[in-house]
Amino acid sequence: MIRINCPYCGERDHSEFNYGGDATVKYPSLDSSEKEWTEAIFFRKNIKGFQLETWHHSHGCRMWLVVERSTVTHEIKSVKPCHPDLQKVVENNK
Amino acid sequence: MKTSRLDKYGKINRDKILSFSWDKKKYKGFEGDTLASALLANNIGIVGRSFKYHRPRGIFSSGVEESGALVTIGSKDKRDPNVRATTQELYDGLEARGQNAFPNVNFDLAGINNYLGRFFAAGFYYKTFMGIPPFEWGKGTAIWMFFEKFIRKAAGMGSASGLPDPDSYEHAHDFCDLIVIGSGPAGVAAAIEAAEKKLDVILVEQDSLIGGDQLAENDFDNSQIKNQLENLGIKIMTRTTAFGLYDNCVVGLLERVTDHISVPNINIPRQRFWTIRAKHIIVGAGAIERHIAFNNNDIPGVMTVNASKHYLNRYGVLTGKTIAIATNNDSVYETAQQLSEAGANVTVLDSRTNFEIKTNKSFEIRKGYVPYNINGSKKIDSLDISKSENINKSETINCDQVLLSGGWSPAVHLLSHRGVRPKWDYNNACFLPSDTKENITMIGSSRGLWNKNDCIASGIAGTTDALNRLGISKTNYFFPKPGGWKNPIQPLYEVKYKKSRSKSFVDYQHDVTTDDVRLAHREGFISVEHLKRYTTLGMANDQGKMGNIIGLSLMADLLNKEIPEVGTTVFRPPYTPVSIGALSGRNVGKHFRPLRVTPMHQWNIDHGAKMIEVGLYQRPWYYPKENETLSDSYIREATTVRKKVGICDVTSLGKISIQGPDSTEFLNRIYSNGFSKLQVGKARYGIMLRDDGIVMDDGTSWRLSENEYFMTTSTGEAAKVMSWLEELLQTRWTDLKVNVTSVSEQWAGVSVAGPKSREVLNNCVDDPSVITNNNLPFMGVISTFLKGNIPCRIARISFSGELAFEVYVKSDFANTMMDLLWEHTKKYDGCLYGLEALGALRVEKGHVTAAELDGRVTIDDAGLSKMASTKKSYIGSAMRKRGVLKSDDRETLVGFFPKNLKDTFNAGTIVCEKNNIKGQGIGRITSVTHSPELGHWIGIGFVKGGLDKWKDTTLIGADPVRNKQMNLQVVSPHMVDPKGERMYA
Ligand SMILES: [Zn+2]
Repeated sequence: MIRINCPYCGERDHSEFNYGGDATVKYPSLDSSEKEWTEAIFFRKNIKGFQLETWHHSHGCRMWLVVERSTVTHEIKSVKPCHPDLQKVVENNK
Repeated sequence: MKTSRLDKYGKINRDKILSFSWDKKKYKGFEGDTLASALLANNIGIVGRSFKYHRPRGIFSSGVEESGALVTIGSKDKRDPNVRATTQELYDGLEARGQNAFPNVNFDLAGINNYLGRFFAAGFYYKTFMGIPPFEWGKGTAIWMFFEKFIRKAAGMGSASGLPDPDSYEHAHDFCDLIVIGSGPAGVAAAIEAAEKKLDVILVEQDSLIGGDQLAENDFDNSQIKNQLENLGIKIMTRTTAFGLYDNCVVGLLERVTDHISVPNINIPRQRFWTIRAKHIIVGAGAIERHIAFNNNDIPGVMTVNASKHYLNRYGVLTGKTIAIATNNDSVYETAQQLSEAGANVTVLDSRTNFEIKTNKSFEIRKGYVPYNINGSKKIDSLDISKSENINKSETINCDQVLLSGGWSPAVHLLSHRGVRPKWDYNNACFLPSDTKENITMIGSSRGLWNKNDCIASGIAGTTDALNRLGISKTNYFFPKPGGWKNPIQPLYEVKYKKSRSKSFVDYQHDVTTDDVRLAHREGFISVEHLKRYTTLGMANDQGKMGNIIGLSLMADLLNKEIPEVGTTVFRPPYTPVSIGALSGRNVGKHFRPLRVTPMHQWNIDHGAKMIEVGLYQRPWYYPKENETLSDSYIREATTVRKKVGICDVTSLGKISIQGPDSTEFLNRIYSNGFSKLQVGKARYGIMLRDDGIVMDDGTSWRLSENEYFMTTSTGEAAKVMSWLEELLQTRWTDLKVNVTSVSEQWAGVSVAGPKSREVLNNCVDDPSVITNNNLPFMGVISTFLKGNIPCRIARISFSGELAFEVYVKSDFANTMMDLLWEHTKKYDGCLYGLEALGALRVEKGHVTAAELDGRVTIDDAGLSKMASTKKSYIGSAMRKRGVLKSDDRETLVGFFPKNLKDTFNAGTIVCEKNNIKGQGIGRITSVTHSPELGHWIGIGFVKGGLDKWKDTTLIGADPVRNKQMNLQVVSPHMVDPKGERMYA
């Protein structure tokens, strides 16, 4: 079982979370072309090693998190809020 | 084999006599016995029949590695098959039976399989599937079907009761700094060291007693150790198996709470499934003694050497009178001496020629000798032995027991669960655990240490390693070197005697022989993983704890390679079997999944509702009057709504509060239709698309004030929509000042629908003037009060197509609201209506729900193109016309009538063209109902090309599952009041 250290709630089982997806995708503006959206939605790297991914603490504080996780070992290097303002709050409270 | 209980041996409690039954006969044992020791004490040698050949099998071990003594315990719904007799503690009244035998293990009719061996060799199942020559009269599945019944009955183990499990199980959780698995000298030393260094420690032991292999020592007493551990505050968990290691130092434990008790307290669970979250794991799981492959090495009376030591010193059972011990290592000599002191006539055959060992000379040692064949069938008559360098018929010795020690395999299983491959150690002829970066440390004989002092030292070193890794200390430490015997082990896996065709077993439990391994090699299955699957070596429930390495060494020989080049198979959880009951815990029966009820759940039931599950929710299905069937009831309810008025609990809809200055902008981006001009006091129906342009959900949003909206979603998608809104706000549009809060549980909702609905509401609100047609027009929203000063929100929204309102109050007022509305609904001859009537009403109107919006449908497919704004961009707008989604040939929403209005049809019916009834047809019917308004059955669904293409063509509804077929007419999905005049009334 993966354990994720939520910056708000502390370390919790992964069953409290829902997996989101690739956290590095820059979603284009709503008026962007079909081509740009296709890139953003369908094309993914198949990373072996550490990748940034989003997780939702759905059975906790409801925060969306960026988790740096190894796809080989499940080792987690870092967990941060997705929202930049929340990131700042977490930094300031360290 | 002649076994007997000795007076002066063992740690059993002879004051407490327990009676038990074996194959319906009564026997006696003592408190402290296992079923195996009690059977041996009663001189019962045959306890099972083997998997394929139905050969008589005895007790091979004294622990979890047991591959012979699998028995069935209990009867009726308490029947538990495949229990290892070697780990089952005896209790008074225990009922045990042999399995895989008819009529019993002593006389088994299927024993003939032993002589049909060639049909059961490796790959039998695969070849049979493919149609094996010489059976060319049948091929593939036909021959399989012929054999299947026979195989299923003959091959295998005990059978389950087939009845609901009467026992209860539970899941439990704990946390600690350090979990120590195994309470042998190494584990105990590690736990004590850690507790003294102030760590919070859990010590886990699968046995009922702590001590590990010391329990096989004559003079061992664990009470002092136990006191010391308890005084240090260590949590000791006995009868608890660490069955798996998982990510981030999570350990799965199975605690057998009452499996050793005659009449368990019914308020206590039978087993407990623990999830332990530790900071560090120390594994001192011990080592497992291997057997040796040679002809007839499975005859009852064959056992590992260490097992017989356990039976002697722990249970006071001498397992033979004339005992031959075959070995290749030093570990057997202490046992040999103790057995001979206990009265057995012992001969040790040691495959090594050049070694020195100190003994009291009470037994004979034959240096350079190995066994190559056992004579006997249900018991051992004698043993053929030979010089080890050249196996040839030379000598036969009399004995009634053969003890084997082919070396020891450290229990690296748990580490293997973490993907850590063990490394082969030539000196000790075993796999040793490799190092890992994870916080897991292996100690004791599970890291290949064979003497007690080394084990203790490794326990202390293990804890130092843990402390260092946890950043608590920085202390140097070293582990003792693997090994510890005076003379080196000489690898010995198989004694091959070429002049015999008797079977020589590698894996006792799955009846895999040395010939099977050779056959696999001849047929090209040389990779370990292929070997394993082809022969099923190591795939029984013992996972090849004893035999795997023998199989590997045989393959290595055949390939002319060394064992490490052949590889090792990966062990996976569980280490020992875990019952399904323990896995499910309390999540069985009606607790299988959570139950959600609305705040007026009891009110609905009290008023005659029959309930139906929708997702996790219980919702009113229909409200039958006396003798009414479902269809009588829903037709009456729907008719009443169309003609008068009805009320329906709609609380299960998702409800989200959207607040903040950018709320309007936010809604405008997530809905496909425009929200920027929605006035305060108005609601709007909206559709949300996914990024990829497919419809996600539909619902309404009510503008309560400049910066606040109340959103409703469908019941099924409520959680998903909430997460989606949070994702957008937290990850994509982080500049928007919007807050979303789920208020689904906070508000109770009712739909009041029908021409008399306004009158009903007028009677229920404090101020009737607020809900006039002017003040509350179609899609109008007001916040007002129900009688009794109950704050409420009312929107004039219609799902039924009638004049209708949705009324929400805080959940605490749900029952009051229902009482009030029902009192006045009755006055207008109205009714309560359920989901079935709601469905009928919405199908008549062609409104889509989850049955239509199934994740494949675009907004155009659903006939809702006008809901897709052309004046703005929104989620999904770029993608909704991509590629195939813009094809003219898409299945689009239509209504269906049976051509013959007396016909009925079902959801799931496939729509086909005449004379072309096949495959997926050209469409499907997704929802059907009897239409009270039209007086016949109607449906909605999808058809390629839509209404325009088919309105004048008769299509066929094919329903092969129900063996039904009917002619269909394609109509507009808006079948009742297509202009929507009623809801504007
Ligand atoms: Zn959290």
